[in-house]
Amino acid sequence: MRGNQAKFNILGQAPRLDLALIRGRLEGKSGQQYWRSLEELADTVEFQAYIEDEFPHREGLDRLDRRNWLKFLGASLGLAGLTACTRQPLEKIVPYVKIPEEFSGNRPLFYATAHMLGGYASGILAESHYGRPTKAEGNPEHPSSLGSTDIFAQASLLAMYDPDRSQAVFHEGRISNTASFWAALTVIREKHAAAKGAGLRMLTETITSPSLIDTMKLLLEQMPQARWHVWDAVTSDGARAGAKLAFGEPVSHHYRLESANAILSLDSDFLYLGPGAVRYARDFAGRRKPETGKARMSRFYVAEVHPTVTSSLADHRLAVRSSEVEAIARSLAAKLGVAVETSGTSPYDAWIATVAKDLEAHKGASLVVAGDQQPAIVHALAHAINEKLGNAGKTVVYTEPLEGNPTPHLDSLRELAEDINAGKVETLIVLSANPVFTAPPDLKIQDAYMKVKNRIHLGLYRDETGNISHWHVPQAHPLETWGDARAHDGTITTIQPLIEPLYGGKTELEMLAALTGKQGTNQALWKRYWRNRIKSPDFENQLQKTLHDGFWANSAAAARQMPVKGDLKSVAPAPPASGIEITFRPDPTVLDGRFANNGWLQELPKPITKITWDNAAHIAPSTAEKLGVTTDDVIRLKLGDRTVKAPVWVTPGQARDTVTVHLGYGRKRAGNVGDEIGFDANILRSWRNPWAADGADIGKTGNNYKLVSTQTHNGIQQIREADAGARQRHLVRVATEEEFLKEPDFARHMSEDPPAGFSMYPGFEYKGYSWGMAIDLNACTGCGACTIACQAENNISVVGKDQVLRGREMHWIRVDRYHQGDLDNPAAYSQPVTCMHCENASCEPVCPVAATTHSEEGLNQMVYNRCIGTRYCSNNCPYKVRRFNFYLYADWDTQSYHPLRNPDVTVRSRGVMEKCTYCIQRINYAKIEAEKEDRRVRDGEIVTACQQVCPTEAIQFGDINDKSSKAARWKADSRNYGMLTDLQMRPRTTYLARLQNPNPELEKG
Amino acid sequence: MPPEKLGSETTTVAAGPEPVLAPGHNYATISDKIAAVPLEVGWPRFWIVGFTITFSIVMMLLATITWLLARGVGIWGINIPVGWGFDIINFVWWIGIGHAGTLISAILLLLKQQWRMSISRSAEAMTLFAVACAGIFPLLHTGRPWLAYWMLPIPTVMSMWPQPRSPLLWDVFAVSTYGIISLVFWYVGLIPDLATMRDKARSRFGQVAYGALALGWRGSARHWNHYEMATLILAGMSTPLVLSVHTVVSFDFAISLIPGWHTTIFPPYFVAGAIYSGFAMVLTLAIPLRAWYKMQDFITMKHIDNMCKVMLATGWIVAYGYLMEAFMSWYSGNFWELFMMKNRATGPYGWSYWMLILFNVLIPQVLWLKKARRNVALVFITAIIINIGMWLERFVIIVTSLARDFVPSSWGMYYPTKYDWSMFIGTIGFFLCLMYVFVRLLPALSIFEIRTIVPRAEKGGSH
Repeated sequence: MRGNQAKFNILGQAPRLDLALIRGRLEGKSGQQYWRSLEELADTVEFQAYIEDEFPHREGLDRLDRRNWLKFLGASLGLAGLTACTRQPLEKIVPYVKIPEEFSGNRPLFYATAHMLGGYASGILAESHYGRPTKAEGNPEHPSSLGSTDIFAQASLLAMYDPDRSQAVFHEGRISNTASFWAALTVIREKHAAAKGAGLRMLTETITSPSLIDTMKLLLEQMPQARWHVWDAVTSDGARAGAKLAFGEPVSHHYRLESANAILSLDSDFLYLGPGAVRYARDFAGRRKPETGKARMSRFYVAEVHPTVTSSLADHRLAVRSSEVEAIARSLAAKLGVAVETSGTSPYDAWIATVAKDLEAHKGASLVVAGDQQPAIVHALAHAINEKLGNAGKTVVYTEPLEGNPTPHLDSLRELAEDINAGKVETLIVLSANPVFTAPPDLKIQDAYMKVKNRIHLGLYRDETGNISHWHVPQAHPLETWGDARAHDGTITTIQPLIEPLYGGKTELEMLAALTGKQGTNQALWKRYWRNRIKSPDFENQLQKTLHDGFWANSAAAARQMPVKGDLKSVAPAPPASGIEITFRPDPTVLDGRFANNGWLQELPKPITKITWDNAAHIAPSTAEKLGVTTDDVIRLKLGDRTVKAPVWVTPGQARDTVTVHLGYGRKRAGNVGDEIGFDANILRSWRNPWAADGADIGKTGNNYKLVSTQTHNGIQQIREADAGARQRHLVRVATEEEFLKEPDFARHMSEDPPAGFSMYPGFEYKGYSWGMAIDLNACTGCGACTIACQAENNISVVGKDQVLRGREMHWIRVDRYHQGDLDNPAAYSQPVTCMHCENASCEPVCPVAATTHSEEGLNQMVYNRCIGTRYCSNNCPYKVRRFNFYLYADWDTQSYHPLRNPDVTVRSRGVMEKCTYCIQRINYAKIEAEKEDRRVRDGEIVTACQQVCPTEAIQFGDINDKSSKAARWKADSRNYGMLTDLQMRPRTTYLARLQNPNPELEKG
Repeated sequence: MPPEKLGSETTTVAAGPEPVLAPGHNYATISDKIAAVPLEVGWPRFWIVGFTITFSIVMMLLATITWLLARGVGIWGINIPVGWGFDIINFVWWIGIGHAGTLISAILLLLKQQWRMSISRSAEAMTLFAVACAGIFPLLHTGRPWLAYWMLPIPTVMSMWPQPRSPLLWDVFAVSTYGIISLVFWYVGLIPDLATMRDKARSRFGQVAYGALALGWRGSARHWNHYEMATLILAGMSTPLVLSVHTVVSFDFAISLIPGWHTTIFPPYFVAGAIYSGFAMVLTLAIPLRAWYKMQDFITMKHIDNMCKVMLATGWIVAYGYLMEAFMSWYSGNFWELFMMKNRATGPYGWSYWMLILFNVLIPQVLWLKKARRNVALVFITAIIINIGMWLERFVIIVTSLARDFVPSSWGMYYPTKYDWSMFIGTIGFFLCLMYVFVRLLPALSIFEIRTIVPRAEKGGSH
């Protein structure tokens, strides 16, 4: 800027004495007003203009006379020519003189950091190739992860490299710069500081980060009249209010499923969503493995509205309306001796009695879990029941509240809206949240927000909220920042950057610190907090160790004894719903829409329904028949005076007379990927009943909308055919634990395989390594983490809805879902399907150019360079695991995706076949390491991407020639069976049959 | 010009009760009438209209191919699981159509069937053009057609040979052998007539062009001797090809393990189907040809009648194949086979199976009636129906089998796109366009062969 002033002097215009002007202003101030920068003094209209103007004092055309005009013209021409004379700076490529610590060429480095979701941290190890993050793996030592991650952590890499991320500061819709923003913020801060914070509001999502909470507290101390509001669309206000109701104070809790013998879920998807879900899934699956020998399998009951990952693991499932869940909770609580009013008899009384008996039989080792979308009373009752059953402190652990602001979010947001409407809010600083899209529409947040005088938004995207803010500041992705947050059990997890912020993003910490008057880099601020908190001369060493481990050792929240003291009897039962009930759920892959622009998550088939790229109105088969609608029919959903049009998906297992819709779609400003897909179910929501509403009106529109599922495109009829028992027995094998104990090798008797060695030709002898995989169907939850981990590891393309509709999705590992039993409440089984690496692979002999061959270690190899694309291999694959590049699917043009790709895996071009390789790059890496040390690869040294991510450790991979390897031991298990073994393909991927543990008393009924 | 030796032979094998040449013809009239089509008739309106339309369709084909090369095979409706769609259906269909020509010119020659003579030339041309159409598909159906030469055993620096266990590789050899033999056979058979054309042509250009193509044929006894030997050898080489080509094509399916493909009945059933569709196509072309160029004297009702009988016979072999597929799926007791049959008949593509039965089995039974075989319009319609039916047969085999195989999660429907249709229609246009060019430039019927069946008494004067 300064340079420009000099340049304009050439024109003979006397520069105005800006500095003199500033001095003048300075003199006008008095007392304790010190200034830190010239910008801070800019509290004048002229100076604002001076700062915002890129070229202050430039000539306006209207003020130019002819002579100067010609001079100007000549100078422009001359200067334009001069640029050609500029010598380009010389760039030299030299090797590192000083190699960065631990850097070793093409070997990736792993850094412990955290994946953030809903304010909670889950430890990850981020893989870095040449200083760029390429993959997230779970942190094996972190209590929320134990080495696994959920789908969101895997997809966070793509989010970081998303070219649609906000890349610049925006001021009133025009690109601005960071310095201007800080200047403006300082002005705003000064003003509010003078008024002790009156008129200043902060709106954040859930925050558990100690450093952030501390900074916020400092800010609120400085400005006692400022307020901190919270709004997170995917969160459980029921749990917050329920804890308050039961215990009289905010309390956090987490579960210990490893010691639970009998579990009841009241409409909860706790094995899939929410902090700790990955850990819960691990602990749950640990109790479902019969080979442990010691304890019997746990028994799992579920009462819920919409089929979920969690309920697909249930031994007994009730499909009930959301409003009936409360009645069930009340009835169960009453049976177990909790003083509560019941809502009379219900058709589920026998079921409830049996469950109550089972839970009571396992006192201290049972558990009742209330769902996030259930009201406070259900949560309070769950606490009371768990107390009665002696589970508190054993299967459920109570701690101090982990959140900085444990107010129920809807109350907080409503208060904010009311205050704005009352004119009490002058400045609203929105950190990360997107209330304009996610808030229930009857709060009229957008209208309220527009009334605020200073609207400031920090976000990863310039989204619906950022777009109508005065200032929008790009936010740094967690992989680009320093920070901390708590895990589900309170463990303080550190966040460290893998890369400089790609777009100069700022953090919540920087924003809050700036409001307290402390400016500084994120790193300095964060480190200062911890230095002050640890107060140890050994701080640097401790910090180094913590950063290495990924969390502060022994920082989990202490367990507390929490007696239930709330009066639950005074809470009257909710009236039973009578009409069609709509339940709202965060979408299984894009949640409240925050991942709408993430192609991996959009294309990941949603668990159970396998829909991609859309949300739908889920209706039970019997209800659909009653209403005369079917899959793909567009219906008009009317609730009060609000209407949306939604396509129907007939969902086996959906409760009758209910419609479940998922939030997070119909976004207007998500980005190129996520804009305008699906419908915005949020329109129907009300803050009074945010998760379930009775009395919906369903009208037919006569229109059709094609929903795309990767499985069972043709509705109920096909489900019936596809899941016919005989076919299913060849593919997925299930028995009860009782049957298993009687006949441990039941799975092998379920198909008619030719005897071993039934061939005229001798088989190939695998002398060295012999790679194989075994997948435990008993542990698989069907969450889809393997699919998305594989996508990240193997550079698998996203193809879009149209191509998925045509049956061209590229996922190398898919999770097949099978239903069994009653169409309105079937059992659901998940089966991950990789390439089977058949020893007699049918794909190999049919390739005319030998592009797919067999290695002497038993791998079915795909040679992309040799493939000419006849697709015969895929036609002849009975498992249909091969994927073809019908078009050029890989995005070669978008620069920001280039560093994302795994450099060890080829990016495929059009016209070639591809498929699961058993992560051959990882196999070869381990083999090279082993050869360097002159030894064999050890068991567990090679971990495939799907195996590594799996929350329940359902996948084992290893050398099956080594009989002591885990994979070989799994394959020797009596439950082990191969898919379609009657075809004599000798698949290397085999399955351990699924077991159920039904309650004999309910089986009889 | 033809040697007396041949003439004496023809009288002894004169057709039975009904002549295969209308009475009243002698050598001169035959030569004049057939040679007149390229030389005298010129540019009749039906030819101009037909050629214009088919040539436009060829342009559409070229545009489609350009787009295909630019974008990839994704422009078609194929997917996983249905990796082959119209591309391979059309390939098998066209190859099948070609079979009639070879059968007529090779097997019927060896069997000394005189009625073949007036249809052999056009049937052979049809074979050639059908093979040309068929060849487009296996080349362009690959994901990277510019690398399709890797299927040829060419020594290159890559030191890679094709993979000999793949039926697709067998296809490459079978189809290319078939194409080459058919071309040579057709051309050798043309030489005496090209000489006739040379002698009859009045324009200098015609004389030079036909003369060059006639390779100096003077009709000496030595020439005829060599000619006869060559024809016999080529016929001997072609005869196994009639059986082998479609057998090899059927291996594309029979070798695999997909229910509905994996069956041993495919080779004979494919060969019979090929001849079935080939004769249907000969009739589809010959009936308008004889009407437009007034060739009823040479392509007589006897010919049509005989071809109908061949269709009836091969049609029953095909029907037996359908029956056996259904029977074996039940008799095997194999779950996958049973489901395949059930799905074929009642699944989402059930309509195509029942249309196939109607078109290939039921409707052609009308040919049992002599009256029907003698009704040219009815025969023409039946031939077209059989053509469609045979196309549907390949659709049923390829698409319904792939769409629902073993693992229901991977079931998927195949819907052809406009590019599938424009490739298919484009090759039909290409085929017909070549036929128009052929009829215009070359004698569509074999002059010298038809002259051999003129009854002795009517040989009359020579020219």
